[in-house]
Amino acid sequence: MSQLHESTTTDRSASGSRDLRLSGLTKEYAAFTAVKSLDLVVPQGSFFALLGPSGCGKTTTLRMVAGLETPTSGTIHLGDTEITYAKPYKRPVNTVFQNYALFPHLNISKNVAFGLERRGVKNVGQQVADMLELVELTSQAHKKPAQMSGGQQQRVALARALINQPEVLLLDEPLGALDLKLRRGMQLELKRIQTEVGLTFVHVTHDQEEAMTMADTIAVMNQGVIEQMGAPNDLYENPTTTFVANFLGQSNLIEAEIQGREGGQVKVRVQGAVASIPAERAHSESGKGWLGIRPEKVLIAEAGQPIDAPGDVITGGFITDVSFVGVSTQYMVKMPWGQELMVFEQNTGARRMLPVGTKVDVSWRPEYAFLLDASQDAKAGIEED
Amino acid sequence: MTSTAGIAPANPHDTAAPAPRGRKLTGYWLILPAALWLGVFFVIPFYSLVSSSLFDPNGSVLTGYDMTWHFANYFDAINDYKAQLWRSIWYAGIATLACLVIGYVLAYAIAFKAGRWKNLMLVLVIAPFFTSFLLRTLSWKLILADDGWVVGFAQTIHLTNLLNFIGLTGTDDRLLATPFAVIAGLTYNFLPFMVLPLYASLEKIDVRLIEASSDLYASPIRGFFKVTFPLSLPGVVAGTLLTFIPAAGDYINATLLGNTNTKMVGNVIQSLFTTQGDYAAAGALSVTLMAIIVGLVLVYVRTSGTEDLV
Amino acid sequence: MSTLARLRRWIGKHLVLGLGLLVLVYTFVPIAVVVLMSFNNNSKSKNVYKFQDFTWNNWLHPFKPGGMKDSVILSIEIALLATLVATILGTLAAFALSRHKFVGRRAANLIIFLPMASPEIVMGSSLLALFVSRGFGGQLGFVTILIAHVMFCLSFVIVTVKARLSGLDDNLEQAAMDLYANEVQTFWRVTFPLVLPGIIGAALLSFSLSFDDFIITNLNAGQEVTFPMFVYGANQRGVPMQVNVIGTAMFVIAIAIVLGNEIFRRRQEKALAA
Repeated sequence: MSQLHESTTTDRSASGSRDLRLSGLTKEYAAFTAVKSLDLVVPQGSFFALLGPSGCGKTTTLRMVAGLETPTSGTIHLGDTEITYAKPYKRPVNTVFQNYALFPHLNISKNVAFGLERRGVKNVGQQVADMLELVELTSQAHKKPAQMSGGQQQRVALARALINQPEVLLLDEPLGALDLKLRRGMQLELKRIQTEVGLTFVHVTHDQEEAMTMADTIAVMNQGVIEQMGAPNDLYENPTTTFVANFLGQSNLIEAEIQGREGGQVKVRVQGAVASIPAERAHSESGKGWLGIRPEKVLIAEAGQPIDAPGDVITGGFITDVSFVGVSTQYMVKMPWGQELMVFEQNTGARRMLPVGTKVDVSWRPEYAFLLDASQDAKAGIEED
Repeated sequence: MTSTAGIAPANPHDTAAPAPRGRKLTGYWLILPAALWLGVFFVIPFYSLVSSSLFDPNGSVLTGYDMTWHFANYFDAINDYKAQLWRSIWYAGIATLACLVIGYVLAYAIAFKAGRWKNLMLVLVIAPFFTSFLLRTLSWKLILADDGWVVGFAQTIHLTNLLNFIGLTGTDDRLLATPFAVIAGLTYNFLPFMVLPLYASLEKIDVRLIEASSDLYASPIRGFFKVTFPLSLPGVVAGTLLTFIPAAGDYINATLLGNTNTKMVGNVIQSLFTTQGDYAAAGALSVTLMAIIVGLVLVYVRTSGTEDLV
Repeated sequence: MSTLARLRRWIGKHLVLGLGLLVLVYTFVPIAVVVLMSFNNNSKSKNVYKFQDFTWNNWLHPFKPGGMKDSVILSIEIALLATLVATILGTLAAFALSRHKFVGRRAANLIIFLPMASPEIVMGSSLLALFVSRGFGGQLGFVTILIAHVMFCLSFVIVTVKARLSGLDDNLEQAAMDLYANEVQTFWRVTFPLVLPGIIGAALLSFSLSFDDFIITNLNAGQEVTFPMFVYGANQRGVPMQVNVIGTAMFVIAIAIVLGNEIFRRRQEKALAA
């Protein structure tokens, strides 16, 4: 066993691939199961995001990888090395904590040098200096953490973890405490550093925009399981569950009667009208379903007027609410069956804004629609705030 | 370690992360020395005290004591010393009330008005502890001396007459060697025990609540009694207990600042033990004092509705 | 705004602070008396509660009164030993209570709280009853005083250190372990330095509680005389002015430690900020 541990910290080139693999990973507490039999492979060198609402099990998963939490069952491998029960200080994994957890009694350079010194590395001065330069904090080396701003502390936490050149860097909501503007800046900065150092980053967040901006691969977690995993644009364009459709961006989900497959298309009846969905975007084949369409994919025109680039058309709506948000105008359109659809229209200037009460028709191109199983809650994943 | 234990390559017990918190025996080992010390020298002694209170009252240090379950010790002790018992409760009660009023002003000023001087003022609250309790109490003999300006001033504003009227001083215009001096001494000595818990609970109050109250209630005084004071109740309860309990058992103030008619129960217990060697009576009186205090505390905590003080 | 109205506003704004400062001044009056009397020359009159003449003599010969030197030395010895024992045992117990789950924690918390809520006279007489009933009535002295002092200091140490520990962010220790520090290194590099101010505070508190105790000590001291017992005994004959020298010196030393610590902390911060 001890041999195994040592090999994790020293001998990293032994096996070709150093992917992080979780299999059947489960964490049960007395009253509930935080993570349910999770299987996951994080490819070496990728920027991986675990995205989900609070309490979905993403932080527990991260803490199990860090060794701060012991799994109830399942295994964690780094390449060929099993690290499931290795102590946190014996895994080549470092963490950027949510509230940074900088040591308040040590100054910045001591904080950054901490990991190297514990491993017995001598003459760490140059490495610390290089790392502080990378995060642009060279002039702050002798300050205590309490004397720094949130953004600076965040960069110290990052430097403190990165200097150890871990095989996997874990980031637990690293930008959660920063204000919006700073957060956007740090997102790009993190992405730049990750590309530069080429390490595996596993990033836990509840902010879907943050996950999409930075990650190569996103795994959306909900109630202890992964709902869907993939590249950001795949997840966004082709969600397979109502939770993902609602949590990642917004979706209109309309009740539909599935008619059956015709060639590459699945035909459905939507409140009397007929619509079609490409077969690869249809995640249900028969019975009832939810027809999903993103608000920005819905086109709108005054009743009877021609719709620009039309597809499947539904008539008889009227506008109940208009909000102008600069780049776009967001309409709420009440349909004949009582449901309100969201429609986001780019402000191209081609047409004036439609006022509340206007009778309108809506339309979307079939290739943008997706079809989900009707057994799921259409409101899953909608954040209430 | 339930379902897939077979897969686990190592004993998860000795690698359980992160801190050694889960280890069962470490906690016992760490607390054992302190627990033993308090058990042997605080809990068991109380048992000794109770049992000595039931000894045959005819015993003495020289002849030894016999355990005769002599419950009459309690009736005798209470009967003989009910004046001192009553006086202790009474003096400690007035002193606690005085501490509450004075201490509240100070705690309020530190919590809400001191600004950047907050820490300094807190240090100054406990600074008197750095001088001997006895010396500070003796100082009051000088301050309240018969020919001092405090007495002179009290006479000028007829405070001495008022105190005499309510029975806290004699007719001779003295302040020293009166119940007033004893109560003043108790108030002075135990004030920090009141201020610190009051401050701790005032400090937790959101200032915006007080601002909102000044918005809702026309007068600041009404606002204070409707909002600030109720929110500070945990501090008031903790402070009054921490002041009342030691004050009720104290005898230094009664000895140094009082006269023969201001003796408190502490004086009696102390002299029964050290000069008269009547351990049975002393034990009975000690247990009675403790019982009265515990009873008062329970009633008080119940009625004030703050039971999670500990 | 009229001057009068402005004055009223100013008073309204500063009234509470003014009253609070007045209370603080009141708490310092007796200390001022102690300092003043340490320079009093009472050779002309027996009245030791009146300032008569200024003199340096008390400070030049602080241990002139018979028996006082021994009592001060005894008090310091006991306070140092009691502080050492109580701080070590109390710190261990505080770690146990805030870091470990075990059966009997609630009972332990109660036993720790009770000494702080019991009148000293009851604790003192209980201990005396124990010593006498076990046949140590004739051997009261240094050891029994020390036992008593450790007993009543323990609770204060535990509460102080526990407060510091509970204010400590769990994540810091986890971060240390994440950064390759094992359990022992985590304790000495992170936990201990962060709890140390609480331990020092607890030790200072223990020392002053022990040095100052009279009621419990008096019952369990046998033939030994601590400094507070010396003062109490001397009161019946008229206290020598030199006791005020000791009182003043203790006060000045304690204040110097507190202020020195504060100045050091601020200066360090300033130097770092520069």
